[in-house]
Amino acid sequence: MRAAKRRAATADRALSRGSAASRSRRAAAPELLERVRRGDQGAVSRALTMVTDEYSGYEAVTRAFFPYHGGSRTIGLCGSPGSGKSSLVNALVARVRKDAETVAVLAVDPSSAYTGGAFLGDRIRVQEHALDEGVFFRSLATRGMVGGLNETIFAAIHVLQAYEAAKGKRGFDWIFIETVGTGQDEVEIVDVVDTVVCVTAPYQGDEFQAMKAGTMEIADVFAVNKADLEEVDKAVANIRDAMSLGPDAEEGAWVVPVHAVSARTKKGVEELLGSIVDHGRHLEETGKLLERRKRQLRKELSLLISRLITRSTLDRVTERHIDLLLDKKSDPLTLGRKLIRGGA
Amino acid sequence: MANKNAYRILIAKPGLDGHDRGAKVIVRSLRDAGFEVIYTGIRQTPEMIARTALQEDVDAVGLSLLSGAHMTLFPKVVDLLRKTGLDDVMVFGGGIIPEEDEAALRKSGVAAVFGPGTPTVRIAEFLKDALETGSWKSSPKKTAKKAAAKKKGRHARR
Ligand code: B12
Ligand SMILES: Nc1nc2c(ncn2[C@@H]2O[C@H](COP(=O)(O)OP(=O)(O)OP(=O)(O)O)[C@@H](O)[C@H]2O)c(=O)[nH]1
Ligand SMILES: [Mg+2]
Repeated sequence: MRAAKRRAATADRALSRGSAASRSRRAAAPELLERVRRGDQGAVSRALTMVTDEYSGYEAVTRAFFPYHGGSRTIGLCGSPGSGKSSLVNALVARVRKDAETVAVLAVDPSSAYTGGAFLGDRIRVQEHALDEGVFFRSLATRGMVGGLNETIFAAIHVLQAYEAAKGKRGFDWIFIETVGTGQDEVEIVDVVDTVVCVTAPYQGDEFQAMKAGTMEIADVFAVNKADLEEVDKAVANIRDAMSLGPDAEEGAWVVPVHAVSARTKKGVEELLGSIVDHGRHLEETGKLLERRKRQLRKELSLLISRLITRSTLDRVTERHIDLLLDKKSDPLTLGRKLIRGGA
Repeated sequence: MANKNAYRILIAKPGLDGHDRGAKVIVRSLRDAGFEVIYTGIRQTPEMIARTALQEDVDAVGLSLLSGAHMTLFPKVVDLLRKTGLDDVMVFGGGIIPEEDEAALRKSGVAAVFGPGTPTVRIAEFLKDALETGSWKSSPKKTAKKAAAKKKGRHARR
């Protein structure tokens, strides 16, 4: 009880960096776009702040970057907390940098529901690339969004897609997105990226976990990480078994590969990246890439609509409405409908 | 409710110092005070810290050092941040820092220093105040005085 009170008190003193001290962080859209297009990472960083923090003027920035959608190969990594997503990102970054390809990473970690604070801890695993000009890493907090992703993720992606590492290059070659360590039901990432890599590790259950719906269903590629540990063969077998229970794949359909990898020893990373590249090629050759891109745009639009509506509606909720519910003079369904329509 | 636009703070450990408990305590306490906190881990060069601050677009960088190398490393980080164009990023710090070094550190652009035993709520309050008012920019000393007047803790030194 006392802890809850203390939390509430902290939350009341809500911190916000939209105040006087941060005003210099705002920047005009055309200038930002121009600098990002010149490969200025400071501008990339500032543009990301504009679209994720929604400073006044962010709408112009969001609009300016939108036309660059479609550039870059976008890869999502999902999986339970501690399965090694960040460590694998680190290994994949090292691998693509060998080919001199550029890479941006957006890594999402949870915001506290009580204080709004967050420990954005993914970065620790990739800090060895901190000085590499071909790598850009940004940590994001969920800030209240469910589904393992921040709602402004699309706008952030478009900023990275506009970045020009070299003349004529559209966007970073790769964009990796690490979702929060998800439970079983967070599948939003599938509507955000071209290729979903599901990361698991040994000792995370048996074949029955692998049979459940949810995150296990959305994988284009499976990575069973920590292959340096003993039980890895069993973990790989569990996933293969679970997948073999489904109907036979149609001719030419993508068969989800299951890789044993170790972010620690780097064993299997080459093959994992190989499968990611193969999946991209498969999407292109079968015309499914266009399908996915449309799905992403649909998601972007629907997220925006629901947010605009939610926000404007929630702004109108007052103590009086809660009292109506308390006194049983109304019910959530009736009141909610009224509020959405602008009444009540 | 999670609030939007929380201040973003980078906690960094420059140099070869492996004492990371204090840094982790700060990370944890700032998270609980409503900040978004990024931690670099140990063994960071000033260059790594500056580039990280740039990519994460943080409002402040907190340096933690217990090895005694603060007089060279702290000013170096400040310098690099300014050279990177990050004029609006506040630098503060903590760890084992002798009192006689504090004035020189402040002169070199470190807004405040917190030693062992500082209640962490005080650090959060200092941060909030400094970032909200932007007072550290115009005159680091004024911010320091103001916070000094506020503090009562026996161990807290600024
Ligand atoms: C625990 C400890 C260790 C542990 C470290 C474990 C770990 N992972 O952190 C171990 C045993 C590994 C260790 C090793 C060594 N240690 Co040692 N260690 C300590 C000890 C006893 C406590 C440090 C500690 O954790 N305190 C608890 C935390 C919470 O407090 P804190 O770090 O001071 O942080 C607080 C404030 O300083 C401040 N703060 C800290 N950072 C930041 C950052 C910001 C932004 C802010 C706002 C505030 C802030 O807020 C925190 C909370 O109040 C200190 C002595 C002491 N009493 O401080 C010596 C001490 C730091 N160690 C010392 C030495 C010499 C060593 C060794 C070199 C010993 C050796 N010869 O091998 C090695 C070096 C290790 C290395 N790789 O760097 C000396 C340093 C001397 C100096 N500076 O001139 C000290 C001071 C002991 C002494 N009196 O001689 N050590
Ligand atoms: N043995 C072994 N440990 C690993 C491997 N990869 C990661 N780890 C360890 O697993 C732990 C979690 O790694 P992270 O990369 O932070 O995992 P994550 O999935 O990003 O975690 P969250 O972001 O918190 O969900 C760390 O202690 C890593 O060192 C691996 O290949 N082998
Ligand atoms: Mg992670």
